[in-house]
Amino acid sequence: MADRAGDFGSFEELAMPLFAKLYNFAHWLTQDRAAAEDLVQETYMKALRGFSSFQQGTNFRAWMYKILRNTFLTTQTGLKAWGSVSLDSDHDDDKPAEPAVSETPESVLLARVQQETIQNALENLPVKFREIVLLCDLEEMTYQEIGETLGIPIGTVMSRLSRARKAMRELLAAKLQGAPR
Amino acid sequence: MTFDPWQGKLDAYLDGAGSPEELAEVEAHLRTCPSCAADALGRLQLKRMTQAAAARYSPSPQFRLSMEKKIQANRKRVWAFGLMPRLAAAAVTLLLIVASVALWMRHSVREQALAELLDLHVATMASANPVDVISTDRHTVKPWFQGKLPFTFNIPELQNSPFKLVGGRVMYFRHSPGAQLLFELRNHQISVFILQDQPGMIPLTMGVTKARELAFNVETWSESGLRYVVMSDASPADVHDLSELLRAAGRS
Repeated sequence: MADRAGDFGSFEELAMPLFAKLYNFAHWLTQDRAAAEDLVQETYMKALRGFSSFQQGTNFRAWMYKILRNTFLTTQTGLKAWGSVSLDSDHDDDKPAEPAVSETPESVLLARVQQETIQNALENLPVKFREIVLLCDLEEMTYQEIGETLGIPIGTVMSRLSRARKAMRELLAAKLQGAPR
Repeated sequence: MTFDPWQGKLDAYLDGAGSPEELAEVEAHLRTCPSCAADALGRLQLKRMTQAAAARYSPSPQFRLSMEKKIQANRKRVWAFGLMPRLAAAAVTLLLIVASVALWMRHSVREQALAELLDLHVATMASANPVDVISTDRHTVKPWFQGKLPFTFNIPELQNSPFKLVGGRVMYFRHSPGAQLLFELRNHQISVFILQDQPGMIPLTMGVTKARELAFNVETWSESGLRYVVMSDASPADVHDLSELLRAAGRS
């Protein structure tokens, strides 16, 4: 796998292929170009300094995303964003995910959704939900990788992801309710 | 709305999570349940649309370039900083190796030199004519060497000592001529080799060095450009006593 450092190369060889994706993720988190650049830059410098301690054979991609995300959480934007999220939903990890809330079939809903609407919904998701949706749907990380990146168990990954998607559907439904049919 | 346990498994199924058995179970259910199949389709659509919509921001080429430059600049610093202790450790290790090899070689050369002199001593004892000048008188032996050696030396007065001078001969060590004096102490033969001390000839530490070579006792020292080596099967104390006499004569 390209994201695994089984074949241990130089830092650039491993890290630079992730540059565009990390930047995209950073921009989604910060919602600002300059802040995203600062975040990516700090992430790379931290990763470079800590590269000698990176364990060969472990997941380099998850390691980089984890550094970026932890760095983000120490910024003012990150602290503010994280602090504004309700932390109640992760405690009932063992409960099965709730069914979709939309009373209309999702296929009908999504047929009317534009890309911009999805982006808008993502922007309005709490950071805690936005990041997990991005890691799963955009980065196509496994639950295991997401767990490593966010520092949470797989059960929490599943429940948080389920709630994030539910919140996204709710945002989309609310948006479309006001849109002309 | 009633809770459908299958809906809880749809996300994991669409994300490719779960065991092959679990995935197969959901797949089988979807083939028989139109409601769950429609739900799964909707979720899949949302997932795909999210994927497409989320790939939204790209770093500028300038930012990428500046990042690459920063990494290169910092990598050198990190490399140098990280390597410094390793280089220091490597340098210390190398120094230790070099010192060990040098000591070993020095020891090896010294052993070799003493072994050569020991051979001479043993050969002398085995010889029917161990010395070229036979005399118990030091005033006879010392002049005999004149013109035969490029140096001169003193032979101690042995009148009040248990040692007896037997005589002497010219020997060659490492292509240089030297003196071999033979003494007797009771039934023991003691060889005293006097050589021009050249750098590296017998790499011994400064001062008196005592050693044992194949059970023979050896005492050696350097004085006034001459290397003295005393060896015998006599006791170390006897070898040392004769050495003291020789050193005193050398200083007189």
